[in-house]
Amino acid sequence: MKVSNKDVNVRALINQQSKSKQFFKAMEKLIPLVLKGLTAISILTTGLIIFTLLAETLEFFKQVPFLDFFTGTELKPLSQHPEFGILPLIIGTITSSFIAMIVAAPIGLMSAIFLSEYASDRLRKMLKPVLEVLAGIPTIVYGFFAFTFVTPLLKGMIPGLETTNILSPGIVMGIMIIPMIASLSEDAMHSVPQSMREGALALGATKLEVTLKVIIPAALSGIISSFVLAISRAIGETMIVTIASGSSKQLTFDITQSMQTMTAYIVEVTSGDAPAGSTIYYSLYAVALTLFAFTLLMNLFARYISRRFREEY
Amino acid sequence: MNYIDQTVVMKKTNTRRLKNKLAKGMFFLSTLFGVVVLFILIVRIISQGIGWIDLDFLTGKLSTQVDRAGIMGAILGTLWLMVVVAPVTMIIGVSTAIYVELYVKNSKVKSIIQTNIANLAGVPSIVYGILGLTLFVRLLDFGNIVLAGGLTMSLLVLPIVVVASQEAIRAVPDHLSEASYGLGATKWQTIRRIILPAALPGILTGAILALSRAIGETAPLVVLGIPALLIPFPGGIFDTFTVLPMQIYYWTLDSSLVAEYANLAAATIVTLLVCLFVLNATAILIRNKFQKKY
Repeated sequence: MKVSNKDVNVRALINQQSKSKQFFKAMEKLIPLVLKGLTAISILTTGLIIFTLLAETLEFFKQVPFLDFFTGTELKPLSQHPEFGILPLIIGTITSSFIAMIVAAPIGLMSAIFLSEYASDRLRKMLKPVLEVLAGIPTIVYGFFAFTFVTPLLKGMIPGLETTNILSPGIVMGIMIIPMIASLSEDAMHSVPQSMREGALALGATKLEVTLKVIIPAALSGIISSFVLAISRAIGETMIVTIASGSSKQLTFDITQSMQTMTAYIVEVTSGDAPAGSTIYYSLYAVALTLFAFTLLMNLFARYISRRFREEY
Repeated sequence: MNYIDQTVVMKKTNTRRLKNKLAKGMFFLSTLFGVVVLFILIVRIISQGIGWIDLDFLTGKLSTQVDRAGIMGAILGTLWLMVVVAPVTMIIGVSTAIYVELYVKNSKVKSIIQTNIANLAGVPSIVYGILGLTLFVRLLDFGNIVLAGGLTMSLLVLPIVVVASQEAIRAVPDHLSEASYGLGATKWQTIRRIILPAALPGILTGAILALSRAIGETAPLVVLGIPALLIPFPGGIFDTFTVLPMQIYYWTLDSSLVAEYANLAAATIVTLLVCLFVLNATAILIRNKFQKKY
């Protein structure tokens, strides 16, 4: 670089610098806007879900009275005189979730206790990945398992069990949510301070007593919220019940029979192409909105419990 | 003088210790239950399906004849689905995480976005299916194409990517970004050159987990009306398609008519599980290899 050109070059450099500074300044202003727009998509998704469900459900209630829907015990969407009572679906959903929780709550909680309080570090490092794998298996695989393995197995034990029944998918759904309860409850127990454990142990308590009288009460909010989340998951579960529980819309409490859940009804209606604008088509949205309301309330409830009743140490 | 009866105390202590041991055994058995079920499930499905997997099955077209049926169409469909889901969720998810973690200053706005994402994560997958059906298939009139399915799936797995990216960004220590600001870098330069590279392993792990969730999901696609018929192989994101889980679904349903279909379903499940295993193993590898400790 020649000395005589130095002046010019510096000026050019300054110009260039200020140009690129302008560019950077523009970028600094532009980027947050772009990010903001993309963040809005997640808010928009919630809005769209609620809007579509509400709008089409309102259409549905123009054709079917509100009370008939929520108190009707007959669900015959395809008959000559169609009836749209959601109660059979709600009973089916509650039954399957209840069976699932009977399986998952004790086993999940006991697994959590073992992993958090009893297992050595090495054993825990071996067992946790297994539970994670169990949680990562697609639900369609569980559906296949329920239909081709658990149902035939149960048939051998319970005479009169139908090929499609609510018991088998209920049990398999329970197996599916064990990892969820186990890992969330374990997190809750794990966050109980070590000093409380040691204090109780020093007073001569056995590990079981420490667990039952110190750890579980301290972690109760987390445990209950894990149960509520698991129920919400079971309510929204689709493929297992669709495959293994068939599509009977009878209002029954017999768990050896086929029962349809809300999710399975949605699948049935969308698979048989209901023409847009028909009452059946709108019933889809009314059922989906009910399902959405159920799970949303449970999720909010779980969050509320874990915040409101958390023991702070 | 002796107020404590040693024998009574010993007796009580012994029963308490026995109870503890019994309880420990029970807790251990409960934990084993999960392991045993997983073992049965996998052994059972592999033993049923492995005999049906060969090159013809993997590369063949769908057929009503049991011994000629192949799943190439479903494999390609799954791949095309990933082509849509991966970039869409990555872009939206990482942007949301950056915005929430690094730009939002108002704590109220932040908590609204956080709550919203937590709630979205809890929405049943079938409801996303209905959203996709109404928005993409009917309103925008895409039909049952890869793009419609992919966008629906992207919305479904978005919370996973957002939460994972948020955690990864939060884990980047402040002194790195402060050093960057100290050298005169702007905010975006700091994010692009310092924070994102440091958070990348965590973000990628989350993205891969989200992908594996997306390729295993069935319910939203059933609602969208994705068929499992004899359709031509999808060649792009605007083609109609089917995916592995849909194939499993229809074959499982039809196994009450043709028993061999259950074997085909099992074989397809093995294929799907292998894909998921490879994806998850990659995620774990990335996590272990590139995760830096600061």
